[in-house]
Amino acid sequence: MTDLPHSPEQPVVAAKTSRWKTFLRSDIVWSYRHSPVTIVASIVALVLILMAVLAPWIAPYNPFNPATLNLMDGFTAPNSNSLGGRYFIFGTDNQGRDVLSTIMYGSRVSLFVGFSATLFAMVMGVGLGLVAGYLGGIWDAIIMRVADVQLSFPAILIALLIFGVARGLIPPNQQEGAAIWVLILAIGLANWAQFARTVRGATMVERQKDYVSAARILGVNPFIILLRHVLPNVMGPVLVIGTIGLALAIIEEATLSYLGVGVPPTQPSLGTLIRIGQQFLFSGEWWILLFPAVTLVLLALSVNLLGDWLRDALNPKLR
Amino acid sequence: MTEPVLSIKNLVVEFPFRNDVFRAVNGVSFDIMPGEVVGVVGESGAGKSMTGSAVIGLIEPPGHIASGEIRLKGERIDNLPEEAKAKLRGRRIGMVFQDPLTSLNPLYTIGEQLIETIRTHLPLNEAEARQKAIDLLTEAGIPKAAERMESYPHQFSGGMRQRVVIALAIAAEPELIIADEPTSALDVSVQAQIIKVLKKLCANHGAAVMLITHDMGVIAQTADRMVVMHQGTVVETGTVGDIIRRPQEPYTIKLINSIPTIQRQAGDVTPEEAANDDGAYVQVKHLVRDFEIGGGGFLKLLPGKVEMFRAVNDVSFAIEKGKTFGLVGESGSGKSTCAKMIVGLLRPSSGQITVDGHDIWAGGAGHRERRKRVQMIFQDPYASLNPRWRVADIIAEPMRTLGIARNRTEVDHRVAELLTRVRLDPSVMRKFPHEFSGGQRQRIAIARALSSQPEFIVCDEPTSALDVSVQAQVLDLMQELQDEFGLTYLLISHNLAVVRQMSSAVGVLHNGVLVEKGPTDAIFDNPQADYTKMLLDAVPDISRVA
Repeated sequence: MTDLPHSPEQPVVAAKTSRWKTFLRSDIVWSYRHSPVTIVASIVALVLILMAVLAPWIAPYNPFNPATLNLMDGFTAPNSNSLGGRYFIFGTDNQGRDVLSTIMYGSRVSLFVGFSATLFAMVMGVGLGLVAGYLGGIWDAIIMRVADVQLSFPAILIALLIFGVARGLIPPNQQEGAAIWVLILAIGLANWAQFARTVRGATMVERQKDYVSAARILGVNPFIILLRHVLPNVMGPVLVIGTIGLALAIIEEATLSYLGVGVPPTQPSLGTLIRIGQQFLFSGEWWILLFPAVTLVLLALSVNLLGDWLRDALNPKLR
Repeated sequence: MTEPVLSIKNLVVEFPFRNDVFRAVNGVSFDIMPGEVVGVVGESGAGKSMTGSAVIGLIEPPGHIASGEIRLKGERIDNLPEEAKAKLRGRRIGMVFQDPLTSLNPLYTIGEQLIETIRTHLPLNEAEARQKAIDLLTEAGIPKAAERMESYPHQFSGGMRQRVVIALAIAAEPELIIADEPTSALDVSVQAQIIKVLKKLCANHGAAVMLITHDMGVIAQTADRMVVMHQGTVVETGTVGDIIRRPQEPYTIKLINSIPTIQRQAGDVTPEEAANDDGAYVQVKHLVRDFEIGGGGFLKLLPGKVEMFRAVNDVSFAIEKGKTFGLVGESGSGKSTCAKMIVGLLRPSSGQITVDGHDIWAGGAGHRERRKRVQMIFQDPYASLNPRWRVADIIAEPMRTLGIARNRTEVDHRVAELLTRVRLDPSVMRKFPHEFSGGQRQRIAIARALSSQPEFIVCDEPTSALDVSVQAQVLDLMQELQDEFGLTYLLISHNLAVVRQMSSAVGVLHNGVLVEKGPTDAIFDNPQADYTKMLLDAVPDISRVA
């Protein structure tokens, strides 16, 4: 036993390179490289996300800085110079804001709300699903019946309800700042049930397996069993619904903002931009509506396609 | 000279992979004569099922027959178009699969399925087909066949369902029946009846049988000749008696030697029987476990009578320190429920379990004593190791949980030592479970069980998921570890031969009741209970070669 080579540095380095190589040879990379649709979708999603994240640095104008706005630039058509002499590739809106820049800043808000709401829904749903699936009995019955009630309402209705209640509770002078968090809470609460259902099912399967029994025989704390044994084994489907849930959350945010109950107009998201743009559609300024709408569709579609691919890649039986 | 029913020549089945081609069957040749039962035996991955699939033309793509030929009554069938192959299936080649649950359509009555099959292949009208179906079912040993025609598959037991499947396979009077592990999903006592039915029906209807199985005992009692396969090739062909008594090839010799038998072996010493149960290390007294039947959740809150099912009924036995007690029973006998109660996974409804004098279900103290002393080895080595953990972490978990070793070097050192103990290279500790074979995984599971330094290990079917040659190695390892550490085992198994080989005392469970217990030799050589006698008679054993 003593002749075992156990220098601490060497194996770690070796493990890292071999892990990367194993990853490159894995089925998931193979199925990615053999799906052109997925490659295109991931590039589109990546470009849109980078555009949003880097907006303050790469956007041609800052549309929310009143100092740079010029009403003379208002209603400039795409790919032309304004009356003020500036060039706008996607044109400007009624206040002279550059549509491309508003889209970049708008996707930032949309993506932030989408990611946060999905993360919130995921943490809540996975946690409750683990508890329901592992403890079973009365806990399972309570959690899953609440989820059933939740699922029997359209998500948008729940979000509207939560939004309305929050509006009544928060003092008016703080409403503007709180709006984005209320939106995240509303969309998150509307979507947790999907996660809970899936995780509960997967947990019930894993709970029966002998490696969980082995840990129980040792008297390992149930919380530790859930966290270290069960959770890593139920994450596959969670990632899939997480991705599709992200697309859903972005669309829900857009819907709420379109209806005027979402983020405040000073911090417009893609939905807000579409709402603003539709006022001008029939007066001929189509670009104010069209470009944000196309961005929203591209974003939701590409994320959805990635989710579909992930589902197929993790679940070879479906093919 | 008569023409063989089936003649396979140099058959090669290939599966192309991304970078590689895998040859599942590599140059297999054998013949089956009319009316003959030929057993194709081999361990998992030997290519025996794939040979069967090739004959009936049902190889899953991308697999395909790369070369060689298959002739049915002299006529080549491997290169026929798909429709022609479909016509052969059922009409000229009948099939019996392993799982009788999935090989019958649950939405049709068995009468409908039989009549449909008969009328597809034979020119009979509805009434004639119906009469033939009833005759076949009667012949297959289904009582009141005419009435059972209207029953659905779920209304039959596993053994009865397999009889129906056999009747279905023989319905169109095929020349050849391919039976792929026809009895592996069944209990021993049922298995014996099914083998008889299969043999009788095929003899009556003049069908030759290609019997694919991993169980040499089944072949010994059924087949005339056998083909031993290993890694896609035929190792040895000959009459069953010849191969079992005088195997020629090294692989066959090793295979035959690793099969445990229920007969007493020459070298065995009869262990002495413990006089007094009260001093025994493990004592199980009047153990009872009831289960509620019916829905859970909110239904439980509704008032009403709860129906109970008694899975374990007043079971008592004792195990001497350093000895092995074998608990034998068929599925549903309550043996796994017993195991769960003894390791602390399931609370007994009543009764007492003591290990080293501590009542393990007596509150926190009993719980702590149990954790230190009791460990378990599970049946399925694929489910008993967390697939997301490295081997080192899996083996270290008991040490860490019980605080036996805390700092990293000490843990690593002990893990390496345990891996050596179970005859694995310590360098494997950074790998994940999926990188190992079934036998290696079971060794890792044993290393994990030993990791908490237990005195008593409950082994629930430790080798039933393994191939015979691997089973022999794992059993040897368990024996060595017992000698080395003075371990006490409770060995739970449906395999009587394994129990005979390993245990000094045996208990026989039937429907939750311990029908008989005593020293191993006494039970096996001179069984008292009717159930034990029936069980011992039913076991297919290689010592019973015709």
